[in-house]
Amino acid sequence: MAATQITSDNDTVDNDTADNDTADNDTADNNDTADNDTADNDTVDNDDTDEMSMTSGMTNEQAGELTSRPMAMNIAIRSALDVMLGRDDDVVTFGEDVGYFGGVFRCTDGLQQKYGVHRVFDTPIAEGGIIGVAVGMAAYGLRPVPEIQFADYVYPGLDQLISEAARLRYRSGAEFTAAMTVRMPCGGGIHGGQTHSQSPESIFTHVCGLKTVMPSNPYDAKGLLIAAIEDNDPVIFLEPKRIYNGPFDGHYERPVVPWSSHPLGVVPDGYYRIPLGRAAIRRSGNDLTVLTYGTMVHVCEVAAQESGVDAEVIDLRTLLPLDTDTIEASVAKTGRCVIVHEATLTSGFGAELAATVQASCFYSLEAPIERVTGWDTPYPHAQEWDYFPGPARVGAAFKRVVAA
Amino acid sequence: MAEAPPLRFRVPEPLARPGEQPDFSYVQISDPGAVQRPDVAAASAELRDLSYSLICVLGDDGVAVGQWAPEIRAEALIVGLRAMMTTRAYDARMLRAQRQGKTSFYIASTGEEAIAVGQALELGQRDMFFPTYRQQGWLVARGWPLVQMMCQVFSNEQDRLRGRQMPIMYSAKDVGFFSISGNLGTQYIQAVGWAMASAIKGDTAIASGVVGEGATAEADFHHALTFASTYDAPVILNVVNNQWAISSFQGIAGGEGPSFAARAIGYGIPGLRVDGNDYLAVVAATRWAAERARSNHGPTVIEWVTYRAAAHSTSDDPSKYRPKDEWKSWPLGDPIDRLQRHLIASGAWSHEQHADLHADIERLVLEAAKEAESYGTLLDGRVASSKSIFDDVFEVMPPHLRRQQRELEG
Repeated sequence: MAATQITSDNDTVDNDTADNDTADNDTADNNDTADNDTADNDTVDNDDTDEMSMTSGMTNEQAGELTSRPMAMNIAIRSALDVMLGRDDDVVTFGEDVGYFGGVFRCTDGLQQKYGVHRVFDTPIAEGGIIGVAVGMAAYGLRPVPEIQFADYVYPGLDQLISEAARLRYRSGAEFTAAMTVRMPCGGGIHGGQTHSQSPESIFTHVCGLKTVMPSNPYDAKGLLIAAIEDNDPVIFLEPKRIYNGPFDGHYERPVVPWSSHPLGVVPDGYYRIPLGRAAIRRSGNDLTVLTYGTMVHVCEVAAQESGVDAEVIDLRTLLPLDTDTIEASVAKTGRCVIVHEATLTSGFGAELAATVQASCFYSLEAPIERVTGWDTPYPHAQEWDYFPGPARVGAAFKRVVAA
Repeated sequence: MAEAPPLRFRVPEPLARPGEQPDFSYVQISDPGAVQRPDVAAASAELRDLSYSLICVLGDDGVAVGQWAPEIRAEALIVGLRAMMTTRAYDARMLRAQRQGKTSFYIASTGEEAIAVGQALELGQRDMFFPTYRQQGWLVARGWPLVQMMCQVFSNEQDRLRGRQMPIMYSAKDVGFFSISGNLGTQYIQAVGWAMASAIKGDTAIASGVVGEGATAEADFHHALTFASTYDAPVILNVVNNQWAISSFQGIAGGEGPSFAARAIGYGIPGLRVDGNDYLAVVAATRWAAERARSNHGPTVIEWVTYRAAAHSTSDDPSKYRPKDEWKSWPLGDPIDRLQRHLIASGAWSHEQHADLHADIERLVLEAAKEAESYGTLLDGRVASSKSIFDDVFEVMPPHLRRQQRELEG
């Protein structure tokens, strides 16, 4: 394991936090957490590595001189928060169980001890209150990073997000702004039923003034979260909870694979950004273009392998603003497009993607666009794998579209 | 076991409807000077009586009495009087402009001017006010140009908000006035967040949030009290109880039971019930709550008992739901008259000076209106450019908005 270097004034770095990882994720069935030994919070400040641009095929080599090591996605998110709390006194983070305990998914573990109760703290169970105080703090000039414990719980906070955070810059002629990042675990695959599994991204992408991000791996999660926190507009940061601990490909019957065995599970310790609004090509291919994000990136990669279809898998990473250039270039090349997301079909983000592709690539298309998504039902508990769009459904769609 | 009776469902009704005699017998009033003024460091548990009495300083004779009578110079009171009178004249002018079609909408604050004006002049320059749509008195008192206010109401070329907001939804950061939302109650919890941020940074500025009695039913009200109480946030949480939420009397917000100030008790926050039409009481209660906040004794809820003499807005006709001249029977009177009487009783003011000031204000407001109209009104369509509607959605315009902007431009 790489040596760490502490540059923060506060050298009470918490190296004990790894112990807590065994207590976490009790709602998840993928409990064998990868890389518990990487949980220490040391920050290496490499200020000279700003703005690494990774549009495709990014590997950890691009991290340059940074010290890197394996991290699970929740650990990478914690590392991003650690870096930003260390760099910017205006960054604060709070939410239900976020402070002393360090979050139910451990994303803030050890941060209160390191940065103090004024910057990392527990809140009452009131999502409208959590986001409401964040708007007020942002209006003051802080950069709050509230956590909503599950995306399924965000709805009481939607008035503050939609009517307030998203429009504050606009309605005040830019006198007041809401630079804030609202983190929330989303998606299924953990037997969370209809209140711990939802993918509400299209609710946010439909709101003018919000940016919406969903990473698919630890490396991106950290770089995107840092970019989100530094952004001067409100950002919704959705974290697919099933892949906190490993790159889940939909084969629930197989043993959990840890992030330590994945190239994008190797994460620099210090500061780096992945710009918002840029997609990444995860797998190059010529038969068809797959537009996807979050957990489904891994499902689509394995579906391509298993179906024998040479799919080009695009990980959108940021849903709004959308990287239409990467999408259009790929569909122009392949002439076919499949859209895959966990969220329900009707009025899902896939509808926006399909409309975008047909408007800009109509004359390149050789087959109808297909969508593979969650069914239009609440997310079921016992029938989770009938609901979840796994590699068999995705692969079948690939074959249909190639044959069309 | 006896047979249970059919359950009853009760919908509260006000004591008087159109055609009936106004009846304010439900308004509990204390004698001027009767309420004790506790130390700001007192524990909230010792302050519960303040939620049920009425802090009132000015008697009918205009004399300030009791422990709450603030130390304040006559010159400062005249500044307040002038701001209240200007606000009233401004409201009258804008109502007229709305009837002439120069703006689409207006909301007057008639009868409630003391609250926003008193807070504006009592709180510090760096404090932040989170208003509703009826606190224009703050802007007037803080000397924000009337022309600027009118340009916003007219949505004209000089409107700093570039025609994006409905009339009266001002934003004026330089005078500590947060952008008005239009969704009720949202600013209340934001005020708490702003105050928390100030404390996190070790700053000395405090926040003051406003909600109407009707919107105390919103979740944000309760979020605000919960968070303010939990973190001892340095914030003043005002409830302007003007008796009416459009057509719903205050009983529909649960006001028939304990006072709105008493909502604070359950949260462990002091709740003051104050005569909102008594300018001196406004100054005194604001001063007490601000001192508590600044000395880290935490938040204070203040219920200002007042009366919405105006219609809810220009889209409203109160004669449909309340007695026509109810305002004239309001037991706490008119805040401008009461302060004028006090100043005259104390020898600092005269009827002649008052008449001169009135004429002076009428002239200034008219001049401001002429200037604002010269920059355009909704009637003549001199508004911000259509392409500007894409600005400020984000700090940097993303590609999809640039495309739509080009499409609009043709």
